[in-house]
Amino acid sequence: MPPPPGFSPQHSHRTKVEPLSSLQSLTIEDLIEEFEHLADWEERCDFLIDLGFELPEFPPEEKTEANRVHGCQSLVWLVAEVKPGDPPVIEIRADSDAMIVKGLIAVLLTLFSGKTPGEILETDAEAVFARLGLDRHLSTTRRNGLYGMMQRVREIASANLTSDL
Amino acid sequence: MSSTVATALFDVDALRADFPILGKPLPKGRSLVYLDSASSAQKPRVVIDKIREVYENYYANAYRGVYRFGARIDEELEDCREKIRGFIGAEDASEIVFTSGTTMSINLVAHAWGLKFLRAGDEILLNEMEHHANFVPWQRVAERTGATLRFIPLTADGRLDLDRLDDVLTDSTKLVAVTGMSNMLGTINPVEELAARAHERGAAIVVDGAQSVPHGPVDVRRSGIDFLAFSGHKLFGPSGVGVLYGKRDLLDAMDPFLTGGHMIAEVRREHSTWAAPPAKFEAGTLPIVPAIALGTAIDYVREIGFPSIQAHEHELLLAAHERLAEIPGMRIFGPAVEHKGSIVSFRVEGVAPEDLAQLLDHRGVFVRHGHHCTMPLHALLGVSATVRASFAFYNTLTDVDALADGIQAARARLRLA
Repeated sequence: MPPPPGFSPQHSHRTKVEPLSSLQSLTIEDLIEEFEHLADWEERCDFLIDLGFELPEFPPEEKTEANRVHGCQSLVWLVAEVKPGDPPVIEIRADSDAMIVKGLIAVLLTLFSGKTPGEILETDAEAVFARLGLDRHLSTTRRNGLYGMMQRVREIASANLTSDL
Repeated sequence: MSSTVATALFDVDALRADFPILGKPLPKGRSLVYLDSASSAQKPRVVIDKIREVYENYYANAYRGVYRFGARIDEELEDCREKIRGFIGAEDASEIVFTSGTTMSINLVAHAWGLKFLRAGDEILLNEMEHHANFVPWQRVAERTGATLRFIPLTADGRLDLDRLDDVLTDSTKLVAVTGMSNMLGTINPVEELAARAHERGAAIVVDGAQSVPHGPVDVRRSGIDFLAFSGHKLFGPSGVGVLYGKRDLLDAMDPFLTGGHMIAEVRREHSTWAAPPAKFEAGTLPIVPAIALGTAIDYVREIGFPSIQAHEHELLLAAHERLAEIPGMRIFGPAVEHKGSIVSFRVEGVAPEDLAQLLDHRGVFVRHGHHCTMPLHALLGVSATVRASFAFYNTLTDVDALADGIQAARARLRLA
């Protein structure tokens, strides 16, 4: 399925951050601001679904067991690669069969993708998740899945930390 | 009584009024569509009132005090034990053991009977539709005793393949562990035939009645059931209480599972002796109030009557299958409605079960998603998770419509329609 063009907010109350042109230009501050404007967890959930549709397509050949992130009830695949440059940054691709999880992946990508290993390790992701209410509202399995993905990204960042110095 | 007559006499609105929770609107003015009774059922007011009655008027510990309240509690518990005996057709009230639930009941049999009597070379006959609670305890017993696990094959539509039963039920079989009704497929198993064929081989049968007992009559003597485990909370009673029925001679031969207060005859410095069943298996303080209120729940269910309950639930099940079948990409697991109770587990192509459950929740439709504690069954079916809607007598055809409409809306939200 081709990713739908741009953001198409379905809710009239969403006035603050619309339209979002693409996931690439989205910052974590945008996300926090957006979440704060949504009335309740239900609306945030709905927003996560919209975010999920924005996720870039994930190469089917990368849906391998080695790339699976376990702990989530749904299927999750995550690939993180070092993109050479000055400084080198880590690029993340991920996918899931569940749309709300894809929304969470979008949050994760916004936080981590394109950042240096040092930046990734310095990011207090838990604090951001708490500001987004993800710590309280996610089911245990989804939370495990999200933290599993975060852990995978941190491990890759740690392994590549030297090239960052 | 024909099902048509039973349905005509059945006033679902009047019954719903007995359940305080069903009348309370959800936020945003939605009405509650509770389709997770297979997980835990809602409670009628009489059960809630009974809990209050006990705590507010005569609460005390059980089987300890001669004072007025203690005696009253003992009397209430024994009344309840007698109700349970009658409800499942047991011979004697001493065969009714209070536990914390089905899981505890089966673990009790696994430890107190399985570990004592099973040896290397013995076989335990399971099948892949069992709930983990009637599966994992037997894996543990097999590991510890050297007994072997064998499995009754399932048919393609999710029933026990009795044509192949003799391939796996042998003279080495010492125990058949089977569910009365699958918590995922809804399949109702032929317990009576299984018991007869198990007994021909000298094997005992333990029935997980967690799903079957709340939805149809059980007669342990007529069916030849050796052990029956079920939970109070799925039977419209409180959480925290369950029942183990065991034939008296089996209970007599078993060792205690847990030891401590109330289950002893005599404790000396180096050695203790055990009380007679059921006390032998009721170590520690019982879930006193839940157990008493379970008796009230059983009275309530018996008053409605299983003929009416079964007719109504069957009507809901037929409607659910019909409405869900209209949905593109729908795959319902399990056999045709005539072989099952009021459970529908399904997947919709392109929709992750957890997304569907979440989106249904946004419309006030409460369903379960996941593996439903049946991972071997999901592995067999080649899926990691399903969505499950389960119906009780307080559900309505409007609930079925809300489910079907909710799934259609979820498909649209996920841009599949």
